[in-house]
Amino acid sequence: MWAAFETAELGHIVGLSLTVSLSATVVAAVVGLPSGAALAVCRFPGRRMLVLLTNAFLGLPPVVVGLALYLMLSRSGPLGALTLLFTPGAMVLAQAVLATPIITALVHRAIEEPWQEYGGALRVDGATRLRSIRMLLAIARRSVLTAVLAGFGRTVSEVGAVLIVGGNIAGYTRTMTTTIALETSKGNLGLALGLGFILIGITVAVSAAAFVLGERR
Amino acid sequence: MKAPQCFTLAFVLFLGHASIAAEQSSPQSIILASTTSVENSGLLAAILPAFTKETGITVHVLAQGTGQALQTAARDDADLVLVHDPEAGQKFIAAGDGIDRRQIAWNDFIMVGPRSDPAHIAGTHDAVAALKAIASTQAPFVSRGDKSGTDALEHRLWRVAGIDPAEAGGGSWYRDIGGGMGAALNTAQAMNAYTISDRGTWLSFGNKGDLTVLVEGDPRLLNRYDVILLNPAKHPVPKQASARRFAEWLLSPEGQAAIGAYKVAGEQLFHPSATAPK
Repeated sequence: MWAAFETAELGHIVGLSLTVSLSATVVAAVVGLPSGAALAVCRFPGRRMLVLLTNAFLGLPPVVVGLALYLMLSRSGPLGALTLLFTPGAMVLAQAVLATPIITALVHRAIEEPWQEYGGALRVDGATRLRSIRMLLAIARRSVLTAVLAGFGRTVSEVGAVLIVGGNIAGYTRTMTTTIALETSKGNLGLALGLGFILIGITVAVSAAAFVLGERR
Repeated sequence: MKAPQCFTLAFVLFLGHASIAAEQSSPQSIILASTTSVENSGLLAAILPAFTKETGITVHVLAQGTGQALQTAARDDADLVLVHDPEAGQKFIAAGDGIDRRQIAWNDFIMVGPRSDPAHIAGTHDAVAALKAIASTQAPFVSRGDKSGTDALEHRLWRVAGIDPAEAGGGSWYRDIGGGMGAALNTAQAMNAYTISDRGTWLSFGNKGDLTVLVEGDPRLLNRYDVILLNPAKHPVPKQASARRFAEWLLSPEGQAAIGAYKVAGEQLFHPSATAPK
C-alpha cells in the first residue's frame, strides 16, 4: 500500500509538516510567552477583557481563520502584495494565529500563581517587571513547556486552515494532515491510516524530546 | 517595564517573525487551479515533470472543484485554470475573466452504484432514464453539491429528467454531501447509494467496495476538459507568459501524447482532445 509513495515524497511531506508546525509554534511562543506573562504581571485598563478574549480564542475555528487569512492574502486582498497565498509562509501564519491564544492563555494561568506568591518579594528586591517576568517563566517552566506543547499540538494536527491558505500543492504545501485528507478522498484508507500513525509517532517524539530537555534544566 | 511597553515588545517580535515567515514564491512557478479529477487521478503528477524539464517552469496545482477553481482565478490567485464544466467556463469568459478556452482532453462520466442495484439500471445507456428510476424507487443517491463540474452535469441531467431532486428526496434518499468526488464515492460506498463520477477518479479510486459501474455510454455523459487563460485586461497577473506556455504545451504533440499515455491498471483515463468525438 506504500507503493503510491516514494520515500523522497514522504520525506518532504514529513519535513514540511515539522518545519511549518515548529516555525508556527516558535512564532506563537515568542508572542504568547511575553503576552501571557504580561497579562499576569502588568495591570492596565482592559486587561480582564483581554484575558477573556484570549481564553475565548482557545476555540478559534481553524476553517474560519483559514478563510479570513485567505481573503487577506489573496492577490486581490489587502495583503495581496506579499504574494504569500499558497506558500508555506501562509501556513505558518495561519497556524501561528491558532496557537498564539493557546500559549498566551496557558502561560497567563501558569504565571498567575507564582506572581501572587513571589511578586511581593520580587518588588521588594526592586526587580523590574521585565526581570520579574523572566524569573516567573523560569519558576513555572514545566507549565510553560506544557503550554508550548499544547500550541505545537494544535499546529501539527490542524488541517482546515492549512488546506485553505496552503492549497495542498504536491511537493510544495502538502503536509501530513492534508495528505491524510487527500488519501482518504482517494479511497486509500489504509495508506491514510498509516500516515496517521506516522503523524502521531512524530508528535509523541517531539513531546518526549521537549520533556527530556525540560527536565535537564 | 510599563504595560504599553510589554505590548510594544510583543508586537515588534510578532512583526519580525511574520516577515521572516514571508517566503516569496519562485518567479518560475505558476499556479494552476484545476479540478480534483485531473489531480487526484494522478494525471498531472504524471505529465508535469516533462513540462518542467523542458521549460524550467514549475506548475503548482490546486485541486478544487470547477466552481471553486474559477473563483480562485477570478480573485487573481491562480495563473490559469483547467476545468470540466463547459457552461461555467463560458460564463467565466463572458464575464471578461477568461480568454482562449481550448479543449485538452476528454473522457466520460459514469453512474456507479451497489451491485444489488435496487433501481435496476445496470447495463442501460440512458442517464436520464436511470435518474428517473432512482427517483421513483427512492434509492439512495449521493450528490456532490459543491458546484464542481460533475455536480453541474448531475443537475443538468435532473433538469432534463424534469425532477427537482432536493425537493423530491432532500433529507431522505437524495443526499447532498457538499464534498469532492472522492468523498462522494466513499459516502456512496458506505451507504450503498448511487452517484455520478468522472471515469478518471473512479478508475484510480481505492475504496470501491461493493460499488460498480452501472450506466455508461450516454452521449450526455461526455466530459470535456478545457484550459482557460486569464484575460490580461482584467487580471494583469505577472506570469501570463508562463501560463500561456503551459497551455500551449498541453495542446502540443508532446503534451497530448503524455495525456494519452497515462494509464491506471492498464486503462487509459484521459483521451487527448485531438481524438475528441465531433
